[in-house]
Amino acid sequence: MFDDLLQYLGLSAFSLKGFGPLLLEGTWMTIKLSLLSLLVSVVLGLIGASAKLSGTAVLRVPAQLYTTLIRGVPDLVLMLLIFYSLQTWLTGLTEALEWDYIEIDPFAAGVITLGFIYGAYFTETFRGAMLAVPRGQLEAATAYGLKRSQRFRYVVFPQMMRYALPGIGNNWMVMLKATALVSIIGLADLVKAAQDAGKSTYQLFYFLVLAALIYLLITSASNIALRWLERRYSAGTREALR
Amino acid sequence: MIELLQEYWRPFLYSDGQNITGLAMTLWLLSAALVIGFVVSVPLSIARVSSRRWVRWPVQFYTYLFRGTPLYIQLLICYTGIYSLEAVRGQPLLNDFFRDAMNCTILAFALNTCAYTTEIFAGAIRSMNHGEVEAAKAYGLSGWKLYAYVIMPSALRRSLPYYSNEVILMLHSTTVAFTATIPDILKVARDANSATFLTFQSFGIAALIYLTITFALVGLFRLAERRWLAFLGPTH
Repeated sequence: MFDDLLQYLGLSAFSLKGFGPLLLEGTWMTIKLSLLSLLVSVVLGLIGASAKLSGTAVLRVPAQLYTTLIRGVPDLVLMLLIFYSLQTWLTGLTEALEWDYIEIDPFAAGVITLGFIYGAYFTETFRGAMLAVPRGQLEAATAYGLKRSQRFRYVVFPQMMRYALPGIGNNWMVMLKATALVSIIGLADLVKAAQDAGKSTYQLFYFLVLAALIYLLITSASNIALRWLERRYSAGTREALR
Repeated sequence: MIELLQEYWRPFLYSDGQNITGLAMTLWLLSAALVIGFVVSVPLSIARVSSRRWVRWPVQFYTYLFRGTPLYIQLLICYTGIYSLEAVRGQPLLNDFFRDAMNCTILAFALNTCAYTTEIFAGAIRSMNHGEVEAAKAYGLSGWKLYAYVIMPSALRRSLPYYSNEVILMLHSTTVAFTATIPDILKVARDANSATFLTFQSFGIAALIYLTITFALVGLFRLAERRWLAFLGPTH
């Protein structure tokens, strides 16, 4: 349909040559992967931040080590390290137990790896945000007899989100762009689809630029969504006059 | 593990006998991209905060494009995309430039870091204390002198913490260079991995080298901040 339209407009040079569905699938893969990784990393980030702020060193030291090590090493190196090692370790384990060979699903491995890496960045974001919630709020919540989980859910979380949102937005953008790297570990994402389409039609430039534009579309849409969220979570606070 | 180190420490650090590889290559890529990016981003950041729309908008469009798309795609476009065009291969000068993987990689990296750096510097210029500018104007400074003696020295200093972040992100981004056949640290690690099947060790060594560079850069920037941002610290 899209191709017919282009033909009609005299723009058949921009035809997708039947690779439209492949590109769509790739885009869907990229979106799915980034959203699921976001979920994993936010959960890891909340756990990590709580561990980093906890009183006991048993929790604090591993969390500190996690954020320092992961944030100091490039994401692509970690991706290759974790992705390939996971498979090697699992093979070793299954051989030792004399089970059948299990192949890790690349998609699941991608989500786990990305989530694990960006969890470290989210830990730092959430830690800063939790520290920004005034102490009196926590004390008041305790005085009202709220339990630990209620305190987090009704008092800390809604307030820290306001401070965390700019950081979350930043991390999300970096993570979205990092998903372009998963084609290197063999996932059929948008970049892979664009490369395949480009190579078989000898129009690599066109399809790569198209992929870049799709990414631009996703990042722009996220920007708008984030601005909306920021406005929502800043309800009740006054912004400085400009 | 020992054998891996014995065989590969040289490629990991500086050379495989013929070419510069590993750490030396990564550092060269990083510094080339950063120097070009820095030099270009200073005038661009001034254009970015210009009150004239036709000066501001092209720069804004450029940073929007390059910050909104992944560096990996930018590199692919520079390295494989542009060279696949007939028009480029027809021109001897362009053909020579884009045939070389190193040129394409440095071009892509420099364009990318320049976009981020431009926004960092532009932000710093925008948050410039108004009184300082007024005072400078009262002393008769205007035009490029105002920028050269008052605005830029202050803006560049205040952007140091954000710039250090960008430098470290750029270091981490240089890892995609291996997809353009550049023999950086990660490429050596992949070669070591496929030759020895010691996956964890090969990539682990690469991770350790990157970690060391990151810590060294963080330390350097801390020193730089102590030197150039002393005026923002607590007064004694």
